[in-house]
Parts: sequence; C-alpha cells; structure tokens
Amino acid sequence: MLSFYFQELMRSLPYFLEGAWMTIAVSGLSLLAGTLIGFVCGIIRAGRNKLLRAIIGIWVDLIRGTPFLVQVFIIFFILPSAGIELEAFPAAVIALTNLTASFICEIVASGIIAVPKGQSEAATASGLSNYQQLRYIVLPQAMRTIVPPLVGQYVLLVKDSSVVSAIGVVDITRVGWLTVQRVPEGLMVFGLVGLLYFAICYPLINLSGYLERRMTIVNTKL
Amino acid sequence: MLEAFNFRVILEYMPLYGQCFLATLWMSGLALLGAILVGIVACGMRLGQVRSLSVLAGIFIESIRSTPLLVQLYFFYFGLPTLGIMFPEWVTGVIALTLNSGAYYAEIIRSGIQSIDSGQTEAGIASGMNYFQRMRYIILPQALGMTIRPMLGQAIVLVKDSSLLSLISILELTRAGQLLTSDRFMPAEGFLTTAVFYLILYYMLKWFSSWSEKRLIFREAH
Repeated sequence: MLSFYFQELMRSLPYFLEGAWMTIAVSGLSLLAGTLIGFVCGIIRAGRNKLLRAIIGIWVDLIRGTPFLVQVFIIFFILPSAGIELEAFPAAVIALTNLTASFICEIVASGIIAVPKGQSEAATASGLSNYQQLRYIVLPQAMRTIVPPLVGQYVLLVKDSSVVSAIGVVDITRVGWLTVQRVPEGLMVFGLVGLLYFAICYPLINLSGYLERRMTIVNTKL
Repeated sequence: MLEAFNFRVILEYMPLYGQCFLATLWMSGLALLGAILVGIVACGMRLGQVRSLSVLAGIFIESIRSTPLLVQLYFFYFGLPTLGIMFPEWVTGVIALTLNSGAYYAEIIRSGIQSIDSGQTEAGIASGMNYFQRMRYIILPQALGMTIRPMLGQAIVLVKDSSLLSLISILELTRAGQLLTSDRFMPAEGFLTTAVFYLILYYMLKWFSSWSEKRLIFREAH
C-alpha cells in the first residue's frame, strides 16, 4: 500500500515542481519590491524628518504586531470592499512585499544608525551633499551590518510565503494540501513539501551565516 | 468602507472574541513553556559531549529552521493519523508550535551560552566545579541576561504564529475573524477586530521586553 502511494506521489511530482516555481515567483517578486521599499523607508527612518519617522514607526509596529495570515486576509478580503478587486497572486505579492519591506526598513535604519556620527560630520566638512554622503560614506559602511540579517530576512520571506496558500495561491504548500486529499499519507506528502522548502532555504541560511562571519572579520580589522 | 463599519456586530461577537482571545493566550502560553523546555534540552544535546545526540539535535534544529511552520503543522495534522495517533486538533497545533519555537529557542540559548567568554569555563574547571555546577552557577546566570530580549522576541513570533492554527480549524483569534466573515460576510469587521486583539498582545510583550531589559541593565550596574 505504501509503495502504491509512493508511486502516486511520484506521479504528482510535476505539480510539486510547478508549486515550487510559484513559491519562487511569489517570493522573488516580493523580495525585489520589498528590498527596494525597505531601503527607501529605512533611509527615511534613520533621517531627520520626525513626522515621517513616526509614521514609518507606526507602520512597522502594525505589521510586526499582527500575524501575517491576518494581513493576508485583510488585503485579500477587505480591499475588494474598498473597490480594489485583487486576484490571489497579486494580493499575495502585495502582502509579502509589505511584510518584507517593514522588516528590511528596520534592518536598514539600525545599520545606518550604527555608522559613527563622525563619518557624516567629516563628509559634511568635506562639502559632500546629503545624497553624496549617503551614497559614498554612510551606506557602504552600513552594508556590513545590513547584509547578514537581510539574507536571514529572505529566508523568512520564503517560509512566510507558505501562508499565502490559505487564499488559494498554488504554491508548494497548496500542492501538498491538494495532494494529501488524494494520497492520504501525510508524513510522506508533507515530508516532500518540507524537502522542497529545505532545498530553497538551507543554502540561504548558510549564506547568511557565512556573510555574518565574514563581515565580523572585516569589522574587527578596522 | 469605513463609513459602513458595523460596531454592533463586533459587540455581538465580543463573547466569541473573548473566548478566542483566551484560547490564543492559553495555547501560546502552553506552547511557550514547552518550547523553552524543548529548547533547553535540544541545546544541551547540541553542545553536549555525546556525538550522536549532538548530530540528532542539529538535524532537528536545522530541519525546523529551514521549513515553514505551516508545512510542519500540516505534517503533524495529516501525518499523525496515518501512524494511528489520534489527537484533538488543538493538541496537534500546540505540538507543532512547541517543536517549531523549541528549535529557535535552542539557537537563542546556544548563542547566549557561546557568548560567555571561555575563560569563565576554565576558571570554573580550575575551581573544581563539575559540568552542571559550571552551568548552574557561572554560565547560565550570565547567558540569561544576554538572551532575555531575543527570547521575548520569539515569544511575540509564537503568539503571531498561533494564528496559523486557524487553518486546521482550531478556534482562536484568527478563526473568530473567519467565522464573522463567513457568517455575516463582514471581513473588515472580522479581521480588523482580530488584528486589534493581536496588537494588544504585541504591545504588552514589547513593553515587557523593554522593561526587563532596563531591569537587567540596572542589576548589572550594581
């Protein structure tokens, strides 16, 4: 019986690969957009405008303080009643982008704040404009503190993307859920699902650890 | 959208929300206790002298950390019955939450222990203390101060993660929002109320986190 189910599972392997592709597409799009928005918000959050800083702070707290599943439901079910009709896929990308951006915003802001003040003072004294300071002095140094947790955040992004299966995005988790209705071997089916996520996440986790070690060495040399 | 916001329905559903709020508190609390225990045991195995146990703990921690909680939840939910183990849904949910957070706690405790200078251990050995005495009187009291903040951070994550239990039809805060949505088709009222309850828990834990940090610094200064 077990080997019969195993064969059944192997026959649905193409669906799992399609699901993996969907997971990569959803997370990849959100990764790009989230990083971009996160950097912009993080730079503003570490900046001088108090009002903007407070607004971003409230946004970050709201996103951090509520479960991602609830955010997904709010975007998918409530936006339509405000007249914004969304398919599951764009709703998922918006929700994940929003989540990732809020976390990256905090990472970037704390990275920028960690750069000693003397650096930007020296840059002002050398006559660099605000943009030049950021571009040539502050950000390159801040990147050392930003990059390792940034990669860690990408791992979280891939894992959190499993939640969007709840609104019907056919990612790896959803394929597993659909398959288990037909092949009632939960351990086997979700073992395979877990393996696919593992294949995506484990290299990223190691990359994060590697970068962290490398960046610390660079820091101590200074 | 907001002009049609129906507070009367929310009031009508308040008893359900209260019950679900308690369910979320109770299940997260139980999982939190279990997770800290699992974390201590897994960390002890990982750092211990027995190689096979260390490898086993390593596999457990890495496989939990590189797969999404939702997949682990489904793994137990669909998998345990095929092994002939029948639990009520909420037990399965708490087990999945416990094991998931347990792996993260193991890592938090490990980094706390490893941040203690090895000279401390050596001094303990020189004073004739055995492994447990060193842990109890030298390493752990110092490591606890380092880990209290990430531990509370993980507690916040755990409370939010408990929302996923609604996907295996356990009655908790997110499920209350789903019920209101499906009964009355009022997603805005349902999920925004749910979000407010989670925010209350979030701000309480966040406040406790900064309070405990101040207390610990205060103690160290003396």
